[in-house]
Order: sequence, then structure tokens, then C-alpha cells
Amino acid sequence: MSDTPKIKLATVWLGGCSGCHMSLLDLDEWLFELAAHVDLVYSPIADIKVFPEGVDLALVEGAIASDEHLEIIHAVRRNSKLLVSLGDCAVTGNVTALRNPLGEIGLTLQQIYVDHGDPRGIIPAEAGIVPVLLDKVVPIHAVVAVDYFLPGCPPPAPRIRALLESLLAGQPPVAEGAGMLRFG
Amino acid sequence: MAAKTLKINGTMISAREGESILEAARDSGVSIPTLCHIDGLSDVGACRLCLVDIGGRLRPACTTAVAEGMDIQTNTERLKAYRRQIVELLFAERGHVCAVCVASGHCELQDLAVALGMDHVRYDYLAPICAVDISHDRFGIDHNRCVLCTRCVRACDEIEGVHTWDVSGRGTSARLISDLNQPWGEAESCTTCGKCLLACPTGALFRRGSTVAEMEHAPSRIALIVESRRVRG
Repeated sequence: MSDTPKIKLATVWLGGCSGCHMSLLDLDEWLFELAAHVDLVYSPIADIKVFPEGVDLALVEGAIASDEHLEIIHAVRRNSKLLVSLGDCAVTGNVTALRNPLGEIGLTLQQIYVDHGDPRGIIPAEAGIVPVLLDKVVPIHAVVAVDYFLPGCPPPAPRIRALLESLLAGQPPVAEGAGMLRFG
Repeated sequence: MAAKTLKINGTMISAREGESILEAARDSGVSIPTLCHIDGLSDVGACRLCLVDIGGRLRPACTTAVAEGMDIQTNTERLKAYRRQIVELLFAERGHVCAVCVASGHCELQDLAVALGMDHVRYDYLAPICAVDISHDRFGIDHNRCVLCTRCVRACDEIEGVHTWDVSGRGTSARLISDLNQPWGEAESCTTCGKCLLACPTGALFRRGSTVAEMEHAPSRIALIVESRRVRG
């Protein structure tokens, strides 16, 4: 791998708790090895505002829960060769989608911020600044095509490493066995 | 009892007359995935995970008796595709969220997803309203996690002899009910024996107070109880 040019890696944080990114950081010293093979061109842990063009691999954490997520995921798909759904929220909706049975988001926000707010608050809303939540949270593949799925809440670091090693070697990741597939 | 000779995955085996294909396969070391089957209880063929191919026709292995000359395939590409589809549909039908489930790590549905290579669900999640009933002193039921396998219904009926549990409604509105659809805590027939908890394959039935990954069921105890009673006579 060392002679090959670096690939452009992006990591994206949508409707999730950042646990998948914590798990990525749990790769500890292997991150040095990873850094030798990738340029991190976009990530919540790198201060880059706009998703760049020509990304080779995008790891996306979190479900699609707001209009902002929709906008970002389309840009990610447009500008990335490979898109990986990283973790249960991205793959299934998971905890982020627990609110779906409650239906229309306005009623839910009303309950949280006003009816049960202490002190009674107002529903946060500021066009262009506060993202508007969608009525229904969906997994990433419900919106754009996804190349690979990595379940887990979060996916354990060795699972992320196995995926990255396969992809850096130009191979599809192995999607079998409890080590790679277990939800939760 | 007469013996039957048949082929499973190309290998000739001999099975007892009246035995199910599932039993015969297991006796000869062939594993077939199951969900609604539980050793010690009657079979209902509900989940369809144990479908096998008998000369091109698909039959549930748990409720189909062996017959002379059967040529059975248990793991064709077609069967594997259907099984994965079934598990995906189960995940899509209710709020199965392994990350916050009492049975995570000890769940037959979660294990099946791994065994069948399910890395995502291709269907829209229905996200229905599902109640959580913790009216019982010791136990609770979260309908989000129920797969309607009816293992609890059969354990309660066939072993405890009570039949507190049953199923009401049809299709996606089918729900497990206690007594005549009373809250579990008000179901007078319930003896609080806990056999339904032993039998449950998911986190649907749980001991109150258990949190994520703490609830371990013990389906093999059901067969043990049945066998112990048989020996005792």
C-alpha cells in the first residue's frame, strides 16, 4: 500500500451521537498507519466547511433526520466514489429513528420544548441556521445509493479497521460473521 | 417404528417415521435456521425460516414429516435469499433497535441477522405505534420487539396449562395479548411462572429492571421441563 498515492477520505456526521467517530478514533496507533494512506479532506474532526469534490471514500455516520442532512448526503454521494454507511443509525435509523412512531415532528417538538419544557420554552427555529427536522428519520440508503454497510452501535474499532484495510487494498469488505455484522 | 430413507443435501439418511424434516436434519448434523421452533413445544410453521426445498417445492422443515425417498435441499441460494428477506421484513415491521434492547447479545433475531448476512434492511421501516406493558409486578412486554413467533403462547398453554397469552388482530396489526386483552398485571390467569420469558427469542418479554443487554432467555429450559415431567410420569 505504501507506494500507492494517498486516497481522499471523508468522514461525515449526520443524525448520530458521534459514537462512530469515537470508535474510529479508538483505532489508536493504527491511525498513524491510516494517515500514511489517506488525506482526510472532510470530517467533524477536521475544520473544513464544504464537502469537497473528488473524494475517494466517504464514511457516513448517522441517519437522515433534517433538511441539512438531506442536502449534505446528496453532496457526499455526488462527490464520492465510495460511500459507506457507518454504524446502526446510518444503516437502520437506530436510536435517531426512535421518534418515528410519534409522527409529525411539530407535535413532538411542541411536547418536548413547550408542553413538558421547564421552564416552558419555544420551539427553536431560525431559517438557514437551525436545520428543520424531517417527520420521518430514514437510513442513508433510503435517500442515496450506498456502496457498503458497517453495522454496530458503534461499530467496534477492529471492524472499522477491517473495512478500511479491505478498501485501501481495493477489495470489497467482508460482510459476514458477528465480527463484521452484528447490530447493536 | 418404521424407518424412512431420504436424501438431505445429497446425503442418504435414515429417519424415524413421523419425525419432522427439522429433527431428521439435526440428527444427521445438518443445521437449519429456525425462529418460531422451540424444542419441547408443538410446531406451528409460522416464521418460515426453516423452509427447505423438496424437489422444487418449499416446505417448512418443522411441520413437514419425513417421507420415503424425499430429496431435500436445506441451503440453496433461493432459500438463503428468502430467509434473509424474512429477517429483513421482521426488522422492518416493528421497532427493533438492538442498541437499546434488553436482549442485545442474547437475541435469536439479532443472531439470525448475522447468520444470514443481513448488513442492512432493503424495506421501509413501518415504525408502528407499539405499546410497552409494565403493569405486571415482575415482568414486562415491549411489543416493538415481538416477532409473533408464539413461543410464549405455546409455553404458557402446553406446559403451564394456562394460556394467558394469545394473539389478537391480523397482519401488521396483530398483537400478543394477555387474557382477554387486559394489561398483563391484570391478567388473572397468569401464574407468574416465567416460562414465557424462558421461551421468548427476543427482548419482547423481559424481567423488569433489566437494562440493555442484561436479559438472557433460556429456551433450552423449556425442553428440560418437558423431559423432566416425562421422566417423572
